[in-house]
This record gives sequence, structure tokens and C-alpha cells, in this order.
Amino acid sequence: MPQVTYIEHDGTEHRIELEAGQSVMQGAVNNNIPGIDADCGGECACATCHVYVEGDWLPRTGTPGEQEASMLSFAATAQPNSRLSCQIRMSEELDGLVVRLPEAQH
Amino acid sequence: MNAPANVDHETLAASLPLDRIDVSDPALYRDDVWMPYFRRLRREDPVHYCASSMFGPYWSVTKYKDIMQAELAHKVLSSDSSLGGITIRDRPKDLRLPMFIAMDPPRHDEQRKVVQPIVAPANLAKLEHIIRERVCRILDGLPRGETFNWVDHVSIELTVQMLATLFDFPFEDRRKLSFWSDCATALPEAGGLIDSEEKREEVFAECLAYFTNLWNERVNAEPRPDLISMLAHGEATRNMTPREFLGNLILLIVGGNDTTRNSISGGVLFLNQNPEEYRKLRENPALIESMVPEIIRYQTPLAHMRRTAIEDYELGGKRIRAGDKVIMWYISGNRDEEAIEEPDRFIIDRKRPRQHLSFGFGVHRCVGNRLAEMQLKILWEEILKRFPVIEVVGEPKRVYSAFVHGITELPVRIPA
Repeated sequence: MPQVTYIEHDGTEHRIELEAGQSVMQGAVNNNIPGIDADCGGECACATCHVYVEGDWLPRTGTPGEQEASMLSFAATAQPNSRLSCQIRMSEELDGLVVRLPEAQH
Repeated sequence: MNAPANVDHETLAASLPLDRIDVSDPALYRDDVWMPYFRRLRREDPVHYCASSMFGPYWSVTKYKDIMQAELAHKVLSSDSSLGGITIRDRPKDLRLPMFIAMDPPRHDEQRKVVQPIVAPANLAKLEHIIRERVCRILDGLPRGETFNWVDHVSIELTVQMLATLFDFPFEDRRKLSFWSDCATALPEAGGLIDSEEKREEVFAECLAYFTNLWNERVNAEPRPDLISMLAHGEATRNMTPREFLGNLILLIVGGNDTTRNSISGGVLFLNQNPEEYRKLRENPALIESMVPEIIRYQTPLAHMRRTAIEDYELGGKRIRAGDKVIMWYISGNRDEEAIEEPDRFIIDRKRPRQHLSFGFGVHRCVGNRLAEMQLKILWEEILKRFPVIEVVGEPKRVYSAFVHGITELPVRIPA
């Protein structure tokens, strides 16, 4: 199964295997990774599953859609490599993905 | 609907013809009897048309998933103040108030981004210290062994102090903020706070004049991290008309005031109604973390948000026509058994407590949600350090409104 590494704001790393097709948000919630709130449950409606995609991985995760871009634009801690993790689906091509978590989800 | 006094609402809600159900009747909220009507709509007619009410015809969206869909459909379901804005009640056409919550993208986004930094993580961290200090002062000043109104002594006092800080508003005048907030949302009523729209406009004029002075002070000074300075210097807000300035002020005042106030009051009430949960909390104060969002769900301090369809739109199998008024009843979606387990119970250690509709979803999601949660969290941490119990000793009085779902009086006693 493809793996994703979540790095908390304090540097703590969690390497988790996710089934292909699962979202990176769902993987965090199912494995109780602190720092992903996911209030809306994956509807791209709250921007509380915000992550920074490390290095070269960003283009491989795809481009944010219109709704995602607009939700991200309200996140105080957004950066050019920000994504909402509910909108990133795991696949074999993303095996090894690394995402960092922001200081807070709002 | 005009239910007679002393009616059994469970029976009435079950027996009324569906087309006679009108959940916009403000008396249902004042009398705290709204629940069975929504339960019936969720089961039998989740997207429901009410042809006549004191607010005119409207659609009710009552289920969690349909509300989520409506929240995301902002291109078709507009918030624009010129179409009626975000509450069920239409303001008179010439007295409409533009404000960013009652705008659609892209203008909404531009203005919202001006004030968004007030709740950035770094700023919240600064506010945490101030809030704790004030909470301690308020709690230490409460009377012991005598009955007092929790709403006035704690809920209003704490939220207006916070709001005064966010605006950098003269502290001694802070109660003006709660007065303006109450006047902005009150239904005109003989003998009430507001008895006509003219009266409301008089209060608004006073509010605008007061804030215009603050604006003038700050527009010529260096930008500072308070809301007025941010609006005065913001690219998208510095050229607002006075009416738009007023609209955005009212938005920030009501948004930061009524909502948290009523969750502060609701929490005390719910714990008294659920002594087992109160005991769990005393034994494990770490449960504050999950209790806070549960209070916000259970109270649902704003019962609804309204949209207006600008094109025909299908929702829950119903055809909504362009021009129709659509009410998303958060208060009902938050009690939807298909989205939330045992939704009518107040449970302080739910697994996913933040999965509720009280803050809305989509581009209009509440700007201040984490600040609201922080205020409640600090308040309960400090309450538990001081008082093993706050006893509710009388019936609460509730607001006559289908929008602000609030409590005006909550008699309590802290044992001496």
C-alpha cells in the first residue's frame, strides 16, 4: 500500500500506509494524527485539513479546484504549497508523499 | 402557525398537515418547542415549502447533508443583501445593509480577507492571555450563595470585553456593543427593544457615528492589529460607503457577540440538565476540549442562514425556483440522526464533536470559530478551578427570534 508521511508542526513524524483511493485527510483522521481537524468530513467546505506538500510532491498531487482554492485563500497560514488534504487521493504514484501540518487549522 | 397556548407540541407537530408547518414562527424558539416540528420535517419532507409565514413564503432545508450541499452551492444560492441577505426576514428595500457575509464571491472574499488575520494563530495566542485574565476577574467577582443572572454577569460581560479588544473600542463604553448587537437582530415588537425600523435606524446612526470617530482616528495612523484599523487600511474596505461600513460593523458585532454569549449561557444550562455529564466533566476536566464544540452544536446560537436562489435549483428532490427564499436550518441539521449519533443528547465526549453546522460551511464559514472555541475553553477551565457546581435555579428566558437562538436570563446560584 502507498505510504504517506505526516510531519506535525513540532516535527513529530508519522508514516502511515493508506489504501489507494483514500484521501490524505481520511488517513490522518483514521490514525488519530493530531493537527488535522477535518470539521466538514471531506466536503472541501471548511479548510481544517490544511497541509503543506513537501518538495517535488506538489505538482503530483494535482491542482486545487476552484472551491479548494477559495477555501484555502481564507486560511491564515496558507502558502504556495498548501492543499486541503481531503482533496488529495492516495495512489501508487503518490507512494512516499510527505506533508507538513500548519501551526493551527483556521 | 399560531399555536394556542398550553398546546402539546409533540401532538400538534405530529398531526398538523405538512403544508401548515411553519418553523419560522419566533414563538417556537422563545418557548423552546421547535424540536418536534423539525423532527417531522426531517422524516417526512426534508426540503419543505411553507407558502405563508410572517416572513413570506420560504423553503426549509432541514437535513445535514442537504444543508451541506446548499452551503457549497453559493453560485446558485446567493447571500447578496440586495436579494434579501442571510436572514429569513427581509429588511425594507431602502434600508438594506451590505456586509461581507451578505455578499457573494469575489467581493465577499476580498473583504473577508481584510479581517481574517484577526484570528490568525499568532494573534489568537496573544488573545489567549488577555481572555484568561478577564475570565478570572469576572469569575472572582461573582456573588456566592445568592441568585443572579448568568447571562448578564458572565455571558454578556465576557463577550463584550472581547469584542472591545478586537475593535480596540473604549472599554468603559463596551456595553454599547451588546446594545447595538441586540438592536440589530431584534424583531420589531411593541414595548420591545425596537418597535419600528425607524427606531432601529436611529440606533444604527448612533453606532455609525461612534465608529466613524474611531475610523477617522485610525485611518491617518499607522496600521494596527484591530478590526477598525484593518478595515480603514484594507485595500478592499478602505473606500466603503458609510452604509457598507455600518453593515460590516454590525456583522462583526453580532458575529462576535450574540453567538458566543449564547453558547456560554447554554453550556451552564446543558450541564445542569445532564448531571451525569457534569459529573464526568468534574472528574475529567480534559473533556472541556470535546465539550466546547458539543455546546456549540447543542445550542446552535444562530438557528439558520438564508440564501436566495438566482436560478432554478434542485435540492433533496424538490425544484427550487429562481427568486425563492431558502432557509438552511442549522438547528435542525445539528439534530439529524443520519449525520450525528443520538443527536438529541448532550454528550461531552463525542468522537467527532466538531462535525456540526453551527459555524456554517463553505466560503461563509464563521471567521471567528476558533476564537469562540478558545473563549469557551478558557471559561470552563477557570470555572472548574473555582466552582464545583453552578446551579441553575429557575427557568431560562429565551429570545423571541427564529435567527438568534439565545437565552436572555439564566438564574443561577453558586453555593457559598
